[in-house]
Amino acid sequence: MSEKTVDRVARATPVRIARKIRGFSDRTIAWIFVGPTIFLLLAINIFPLIWTVNLSFTDFKANRINRAVEYVGTRNYERILNDPDVWLSMQATAHFLFWTIFFQVLIGFTLAWLINKKFRGNDLWTTIIVLPMMLSPAVVGNFWTFLYQPQIGLFNYVVAFLTGKDPSSFEMLGSVDLAPWSIVIVDTWMWTPFVMLICLAGMRSIPDYIYEAAEIDRASKLRQFFTITIPMVLPFLMLAVLFRGIENFKMFDLVVQLTGGGPGSTTELASIHLKREAFEKWRTGYSSAIAIILFVTVFGLASIYVKALNKVKER
Amino acid sequence: MSNFIKGILGFRRGPWELVATILIAVGVVMLMQPFVLWAFTYSFITTLVGTVMFIIVSHFRE
Repeated sequence: MSEKTVDRVARATPVRIARKIRGFSDRTIAWIFVGPTIFLLLAINIFPLIWTVNLSFTDFKANRINRAVEYVGTRNYERILNDPDVWLSMQATAHFLFWTIFFQVLIGFTLAWLINKKFRGNDLWTTIIVLPMMLSPAVVGNFWTFLYQPQIGLFNYVVAFLTGKDPSSFEMLGSVDLAPWSIVIVDTWMWTPFVMLICLAGMRSIPDYIYEAAEIDRASKLRQFFTITIPMVLPFLMLAVLFRGIENFKMFDLVVQLTGGGPGSTTELASIHLKREAFEKWRTGYSSAIAIILFVTVFGLASIYVKALNKVKER
Repeated sequence: MSNFIKGILGFRRGPWELVATILIAVGVVMLMQPFVLWAFTYSFITTLVGTVMFIIVSHFRE
């Protein structure tokens, strides 16, 4: 049957083209198919990366193209790594990264565990929970700006209702202490469903007979949770942390929409600092060096993480 | 411990990957810590050495 299909397809190939490709080996034909993709990959990913490395050793300014470009060696890197502003932006990034991942894993895993129980309206609740993830970060940033308004914002009223404080006595986006937490709350609200979905996939992949065997052995629910559910969901959870970690390390749009890096530079994450250096101060060489530092850091972390993930999978 | 040193001297993947992993982790902590500026200054070179080492040693024998 399949042979006939192959013959039919071969006959369907126009004679002119068939004659042309008749002399090609399988390897050549494979290269013809893969070639355009490799070319695009080189043009869109690899070349810009190499070019950025090259620019990071120069004093190039993208707003003055005709200016002579000088090679400055490692001066950009030396300046960045002694710059207290960059240091502060890295600390802001670390705070954002740590707490968003912590809350997303905690809440995402709990939600997945609850949704995994069989109850009425299960699918409807899954859809409702997943909704924030489907929204555009610009839209989310915009409406959370309204929710955080001290005068009319719902968030302040809910906090006031729970704590008894005056709603206009605190400003989430304008306060130096609260602004870093305000972006953590919004990112957690938006991306917890993603972690939940991945955990849910992990939980649903656990065969029922393992739990049944545990029941026969009279293992308690708590024991089943710690010895079956957590170890089997762990690779999925680690994958979710990897994705969120990389995404949040380069977080830009949501934070720009919410705080614009302020007040002062308390929420100026590394990517926002990079954008300011590149497109407000037009220090292209300098900002290329920051980009390379971020790239190497993410690459290094991802390498460790993939190794750990493989080890967990092997177990 | 002696296995680890043997692995290092014999250019085995496991122990060398461990060293590279530690270097990367230390580099990232140095980059993001809020305590001392000199640690931040030397963070990138530590991470870079760790990352390059990781790429090379992952081709060593098991």
